[in-house]
This record gives sequence, structure tokens and C-alpha cells, in this order.
Amino acid sequence: MSDDQQLRVSKITEGTVIDHVTGGQALNVLAILGIDGSGGEEVSIGMNVPSERLGRKDVVKVEGRELSQDEVDVLSLIAPAATINIVRDYDVVEKHRVERPGEVVGVLQCPNRNCITTKDEPVDSRFAVLEEGVRCAYCDTIIRESIADHIHVD
Amino acid sequence: MPQDHIISAKHLSRADIESVLDRAAEIAADPDAVADRHDGKLLGTLFFEPSTRTKMSFTAAMKRLGGDIVDMGPVDQSSVKKGESLADTVRVVEGYADALVMRHPLEGSAKMASEFVDVPLINAGDGAGQHPTQTLLDLYTIRESAGFDDLTVGIMGDLKYGRTVHSLAHALTTFDAQQHFVSPESLKLPRGVRYDLHEAGASMREHTDLDEVLDSLDVLYVTRIQAERFPDEDEYRKVAGEYQIDAETLEAAKDDLVVMHPLPRVDEIAPDVDETDHARYFEQAHNGVPVRMALLDLILEGNL
Ligand SMILES: [Zn+2]
Repeated sequence: MSDDQQLRVSKITEGTVIDHVTGGQALNVLAILGIDGSGGEEVSIGMNVPSERLGRKDVVKVEGRELSQDEVDVLSLIAPAATINIVRDYDVVEKHRVERPGEVVGVLQCPNRNCITTKDEPVDSRFAVLEEGVRCAYCDTIIRESIADHIHVD
Repeated sequence: MPQDHIISAKHLSRADIESVLDRAAEIAADPDAVADRHDGKLLGTLFFEPSTRTKMSFTAAMKRLGGDIVDMGPVDQSSVKKGESLADTVRVVEGYADALVMRHPLEGSAKMASEFVDVPLINAGDGAGQHPTQTLLDLYTIRESAGFDDLTVGIMGDLKYGRTVHSLAHALTTFDAQQHFVSPESLKLPRGVRYDLHEAGASMREHTDLDEVLDSLDVLYVTRIQAERFPDEDEYRKVAGEYQIDAETLEAAKDDLVVMHPLPRVDEIAPDVDETDHARYFEQAHNGVPVRMALLDLILEGNL
């Protein structure tokens, strides 16, 4: 068993292990999941762990929680190599890589304060995913850095 | 196409643009032929910010097609004042008209509004975003006065905030024009626009000095640099002064250089340019009517 696997399978009964996260992005992954510790979630993270594939990687394990497609979509923007492992009763029952979506809807908040999607209108934010960054489908504003800072929190 | 709404010049293909310009040329040549064409049709005009000129131009266009307009009136007398959402406003007024034209201070407003209505909606400006009918009349003016073959265009002034510039630059890439962007460092094209132009395969260069490119241009499109873009009056005067032209400046240009401006101008084009053969900005403004007639005609007929 490689180090990689050991780290991944340790001590989670039900929940999700997000592996192969770009080194240094673990806290942003938690931000995407809306986890700041105040909700009492049981979370363990490894940061800048040696990895064959990535050199350095982060690993995030969340007990009792599975991810929505929206969350996975945004995750893919900051951690394009991530793998999602769903654990039930200590076993990895599902494992897949994230895929970059064509667009992300309703998850990011447009940083342009003059954009219609930031006002009180019945419209979801909508961002096209570019090779680098994302672009608002309404006002064309591009976000290239710190995408996690623009995650919309209700 | 078929396309119901006209939101951004970006969504218009070269063929779409040419069909509007061709129709505009037909209409300009024989306006009487379409004088009753849309008898009984109503255009709803929703101007959430004042733009008297654009509204007059659309009104004239609709009336010259035999139709009429129904106007929302100023915002301070409408339901918007009471806090109604834009989505609700357009869903109500689409029932009053066969097509809508909308100007709104927020970017993306026209796109959002179009998602809530079934009648065609024309964007007449959304904040710093798009203003496709201005682009169409600019293109019409360029085609009539310089043609699109082997065309070199200089666009000068406020390239950062000027929405007419962004739309025009994008459309010109579909005509394979060489584009030179001339502006102070602080008012260069924004990143999103530059990205799009590169994606579209634009042939473009950026300059801070008009002299570098003036003698190669077929068209010089001048826009206003506004004082509020600068920290203080002195800085504004100093910078803006370098992007003003007069008849003497144009002595270095080709004889058949065409000078355009979306108007209103302040002092970026000196009055002595008006007397030269280069000046085409008043004609450009007049072209708004046949071009908007053409667009309305195609949209109301479902031909775009
Ligand atoms: Zn936006």
C-alpha cells in the first residue's frame, strides 16, 4: 500500500475524501463546501503532502457529508486534478475525478457590482468556464485569480 | 440565426450583420417603399436611464416603418420606482408591444430581460456593456464610406469604459480589419475585451500615440475621454489633450481617411475638422435611422 492510499483510507466511516487537491487549496475546498468549523463537522486535512502525481497535494476528509454536483463543479476550478472518494462504512464505494464543467450556475457571485446578477432579480449567476478562469455570462467580467473568494454564500 | 433578441454585437455573425446593412442600404435608397410596412405594429421603449438621442432614433425608425411606439416614461414615474424587479417589468410590458427596446444602467440587464420575454428585445445599451445598434450603424457608416476590403481602423480615446468601442472592435474582427487602439495607459482596453478579440483572431495593436499609426488608417474612430476617469482636473487636461484632433493633425493622414465619433463630442474633435472631407460623424448619427429601421423590419418579420 502506498503512502497515498494509507492517507486516504484512514479513519473515515461515512463521508467524502477529496484527494489530489492542488497543494495549498485545502482551505478553499472547505470554503466551497461552506465549512468553517462552526457547524461541528468532523474534518481532517492534509496540506502539501508528497504526491507522485502532483508533487505536493492537499487532502480533505469530511465525515458524514457527500458533495453536490455544484460543489464538485466549483471544486474542479481550483483543484482540476482532484479525485472524489465517497466512503460508506469505511469502504470507498465510489471514486471519480472531477471534470471541468462548461459553466457553473448559481455558485459564484459576480465581482462586478454593476452586474444585474448581483441585484434583487430572479436570476442565478452563470459563469462560463474558460481555459483560465471563468467569465460572467451576463456582464462578461472575467475572474482569473482567487475564484474561491467569489463563492456565493447565502 | 434565427435570432429573436439583439443583445450583443458579439452574437451577430458576419452574415447577420451584412443582412442588416444590406437592408439598411435598400431602405435608405427608397424609404417610401417601407412607409406602411409595419402599420399597426408597436415598439415598446423602456429607457431606465435617459438617452434622448437613441430613443428619438428608434422612435423615428419605428414611425418611418408605419408603426408606433409605447413608452414606459421616465423611471421616476414608473413602477420601477416602487421597487418592481426588471424581470417583472418586462414581463408586464411585453404584453403591450410587438417588440421591445431597452436601455438600462446595469450590465447584463438586457440579456436577463430577454430571458423573461417572448417578443424580440433590442438592447439599446446596458451599463458599460453592449450597445449593438450603435455598432451596426458604425459598421454601416464604415461600409458606405470606406468599405470593408483591406480595412485599417484606429480607435482612439476611452477604450476602457467606452462600450461602443468594445462592440465595434469585436464586430470588426469578423471583417478581418486591422485594428489599432490608441489610448492613455490608464484607459486601455479591459482584459475581458482583449481576451475576446484574441479569441476571435483579431489583428490588433495598442498604442499610446496616434502619430504612430495615423498615416496607415482608413478610419479613425474617436471617443470622448471623460474628466471623471481622472483623479484631478489637471491630470485630465494633460492626458485628454493628447487625444484631441484638429484639421492640422489630420494633414498627416491619408486623403480619404474617414473620421467618426459616436457623438456627443466635446473638444476631442476640433470644429475645424467639420469642414474637411474627413468628417463623417453627423452622417454616422443620421445613419442610425435607416439601420434601426432595417433591424426592426428584419426582427418584426422574423427574418434575422
Ligand atoms: Zn456579471
